[in-house]
Amino acid sequence: MEGKYRLAALDWSSVANVTTQADINREIEELRGSGGPQPRLDYPPYRSSVLRHPTREKHLVDPEGVELWAPCFGHADVGGTESDLTIQHAGEPLGERIVVTGRVVDGEGRPVRNQLVEIWQANASGRYWHQRDQHPAPLDPNFTGAGRCLTDGDGVYTFQTIRPGAYPWRNHVNAWRPAHIHFSLFGTDFTQRLVTQMYFPGDPLFDQDPIYQSVTDQKARDLLVAAYDHSLTTPEYRLGYRWDIVLSGTHRTPLEDS
Amino acid sequence: MTSAPGQTVGPFFHLGLPFDGGNLLVPPGHPQGVRLHGRVFDGEGNGVPDALIEIWQTDPSGRVPRETGSIRRDGYTFTGWGRAQTDDGGHYWFSTLLPGSPFFAVTVFARGLTDRLFTRAYLPDPGPDALLDGLEPARRATLITTREEHGLLFDIHLQGEGETVFLSYPGQAR
Ligand SMILES: [Fe+2]
Repeated sequence: MEGKYRLAALDWSSVANVTTQADINREIEELRGSGGPQPRLDYPPYRSSVLRHPTREKHLVDPEGVELWAPCFGHADVGGTESDLTIQHAGEPLGERIVVTGRVVDGEGRPVRNQLVEIWQANASGRYWHQRDQHPAPLDPNFTGAGRCLTDGDGVYTFQTIRPGAYPWRNHVNAWRPAHIHFSLFGTDFTQRLVTQMYFPGDPLFDQDPIYQSVTDQKARDLLVAAYDHSLTTPEYRLGYRWDIVLSGTHRTPLEDS
Repeated sequence: MTSAPGQTVGPFFHLGLPFDGGNLLVPPGHPQGVRLHGRVFDGEGNGVPDALIEIWQTDPSGRVPRETGSIRRDGYTFTGWGRAQTDDGGHYWFSTLLPGSPFFAVTVFARGLTDRLFTRAYLPDPGPDALLDGLEPARRATLITTREEHGLLFDIHLQGEGETVFLSYPGQAR
């Protein structure tokens, strides 16, 4: 399965029977609106999911014990400068400097305080600092592309970084991912754990990206797109994006909390 | 409020998520330490080399840890939380303590998996249990670790033969 899509050294034009963007677009179209507000686990247009999605329904269970709590993180875990991805090396990274900030709340709208947020991303050229990334775009010696922070007392996280570039991948011929930042979040319960991706408004690659489209409901997909916010933009320095994140509901009662 | 959809961790999560000592809830060789380990398999029975497993557990007395410090471990504090990536064969392992409560809470991430999956890894020979008792024997068995000389074995099958029982919780959108 994997090998079928490992066509690195091939000249695409010489490959007769391969999946085109038009094929993928057709598959995306067929599945549009077929899932709920979460991504479909079984989503064939994203080829790597074919052998990796469970086929049985998830088993509904009441959370108990440790599942009613999330792990705690603090200043022992995260240094104050880890939220600035532009100061991790001797020089300044290339690209468009941005700030990304937003509020993490639970399903009832309560802020998720002092909790860990982790991000990772490609550089401005669309290249990851990762052994497996073979995209022939330059690495930036001044940009690694990983950061962490803790939300503040109001549930707010803030990262300063570089706007990532779009990048090619081998799902099908001429497949390109829209620019995105990977986010990892914890809530107040174990059950709220979320790993997702933040996108930039108006990206022309949205319609043809099987990962973004694995969320087949447009309203839900929209929740993954940050908003440009001029009030966050700093004169002659950086552009500002706002991305608020709602986690699922909590299961603990206020009594258990105290 | 509608919760934000998940998205796959993708192939490059090693850049952002794993950290030194992530899988060492206690240092290897700890007198009460056990190894919790296993392999993650795809629908054709091949190991998944780009999966990430997180565990969250009580301490040996059954208490839910409230201590920080999982990312920069001090070697003494038991935080109850760990993170391990799979190797080329799909194998992951943790050095930890036996929880005082019946199971480890487990989260599974992988390239090709559009959203994270939750499951439980029960200690061997579990007593009466609301979840386990509602499952047919073959399904039930996928949630129970196997005792070994140095700890516990817990394989995770994402699909197909012996597919692990994955969980959803009330109020969560499917
Ligand atoms: Fe990515």
